[in-house]
Formats: sequence, structure tokens, C-alpha cells
Amino acid sequence: MNTTLKVWINDTPFDLPATATLADAVAQFALKPPFAAAVNLQFVPNSQYHQTPLHEADRIDLIAPVTGG
Amino acid sequence: MLYGQAFSSRLLLGTSRYPSPGVLQAAVRLAQPAMLTASLRRQNLQGGDAAPNHFWAMLAELNVPVLPNTAGCHSVAEVITTAHMAREVFATDWLKLELIGDDYTLQPDTLNLVDAASRLIKDGFKVLPYCTEDLVLCQRLVDVGCQAIMPWAAPIGTGKGPINPYALRTLRERLDVPLLVDAGLGLPSHACQVMEWGFDGVLLNTAVALAQDPVRMAGAFAHATQAGRAAFLSGVMPEHHSAQPSTPVLGTPFWHQT
Repeated sequence: MNTTLKVWINDTPFDLPATATLADAVAQFALKPPFAAAVNLQFVPNSQYHQTPLHEADRIDLIAPVTGG
Repeated sequence: MLYGQAFSSRLLLGTSRYPSPGVLQAAVRLAQPAMLTASLRRQNLQGGDAAPNHFWAMLAELNVPVLPNTAGCHSVAEVITTAHMAREVFATDWLKLELIGDDYTLQPDTLNLVDAASRLIKDGFKVLPYCTEDLVLCQRLVDVGCQAIMPWAAPIGTGKGPINPYALRTLRERLDVPLLVDAGLGLPSHACQVMEWGFDGVLLNTAVALAQDPVRMAGAFAHATQAGRAAFLSGVMPEHHSAQPSTPVLGTPFWHQT
């Protein structure tokens, strides 16, 4: 059984423990709020990070506010 | 009045492409827009980036309602996800719906826009769809619950002004919901023109941000928007083919019947 899983966070590969949740993925970075997350193009509310298990090859997007027109 | 909410201005301003954050801030303070558009992009994760988000801090300081956009989305699924992320980040139900169908012209994907709008409305968003000036498209957007529509004047960032006045004026005649012209305005006179036609507001970015003096230009657009609205409410004089003397003809000196 694999002890790690490979996921993509903002298009960059990362190895995480096989039991990692989205909260674990986010915790790797000292992100300043506000930010939001999606896994495989599905929005995950902030309150659900700990209840969102990750799987091999998941694609995670972490986004922040920027200027826009 | 948009979705039952009153605003003190009919000008909405974008926040991109200004020479500096300070210039953006000064432009906003002078123009006093009803809303500021903003967007979402991936966080820079290199080196565990912990830098504070200066743009976020500026938005808070300016205290102008934020209109998040879904810029860059090319599918309904991307739009829906981005919208929900925006709602969490910006803590607002307002959304400028952008669904791009062509990268060269940034023309909206008119075939899927209505579906996207319909889903977002059901999810409780106050959707302001960026769309073309096509009457039937705009009518369908209203049909699915959009309480305001934002047709383009011209492709984003071109500054060409209204390239299809007939279609825009037809829209104004046929639809009762608030209409805001979004994208393609380059001059204050363009904003004034569409407001004279009865449009309810304008949304612009590049025309201000890329002016040599963006702050002064922001003020010019604010005045032009107000002037156009006042003109519309005043009732425009009918156009005549032939000259009509404005000075009274009766009693003209030296005049003799021939």
C-alpha cells in the first residue's frame, strides 16, 4: 500500500501522506486569507477542508483575490 | 437599482492595468464608482509565500462594494466553481459572469451563457452577465432570472466605443431591466453616448487605467456618465434635416419682403 499520494496544487506536483485531507494540503503553505480552494474543479468550502480526503492525482486549486476588469 | 439595491453612482470601475496601486486608489476616490470589479487567480505557492495581499487590503480600505468576475473561464463548470470561490473570498453574492467563447476577441460564449446564468441564479448569485448586444440572448438571460444585463460596446480593452449602436438602442427599447454597457468604451463621450440612449450605467477599466492621467480620466468618466444620464432624463430634442434658426426671425432688422 502506498504511504504517499501525488497531487497537483496550482499545477505543481506535491507528495502528501496517503491519508491527507485538503486541510493538510493547504497547511503546507503559509497562506494569508482570504483564499479559496477547489479539488478537481469542485469548490470546497473552507469549513469542509478537514472532511475532504485527497486521492492520487487530485488537482487542487488555491486562489486569491487579484485586480480584475 | 440592481437586484433591489440602490447605488449612488452609475459608474462601475475595473481595478486592473493601473500604473500603480496608488493611482488606482486615487482614481477610485475621485470617481466614486458604485462597484469595483475584482478577480481570482492562483496563489503563488513558491517558498511558502506568506506575503500579505495588498490588493485585498486596498479594497477593504476603499470600502466600495466589490463585483467579482469569472474572467478567464471557458466552460460552465469553470464559471460555477469560480463563482462559488469568489463568494467565499469576497463574501458577496454579486457576480460579473464572464464566459469566454473566443480568446482573440474575448467574445462571450453566447451558446452556454444562459445555462451558466441560470445555474448561478438558482445558487443565489446576483448575476450581471457580460454578453454581446444580441437581443435574443439578452432576453433569454432575463428569462432565466438576470435582473440586469451587461452588453459589450466593443471587445474588451479595444476602446472603440459602441460599434453597433442600432443593436444597443434596440436592446434599450425592448428590455425593461437595467442595462449596463460593459467593455469597449474608450472615451468619456462613449459613456455619455450610451447613457443618453437610456442605458443605466457603464462598466469600464482600460479606458481609465491606460490614460496618461488615470485619475483625471476617472473623473471625466464619472462626469460623462452623469451628463449622459441627465440628458436622457431631460428628453432629447428631435433631430431635423434642415436648419432651424434659434434666434427669433420676427423683427429681423433690415429685412424686406422680396
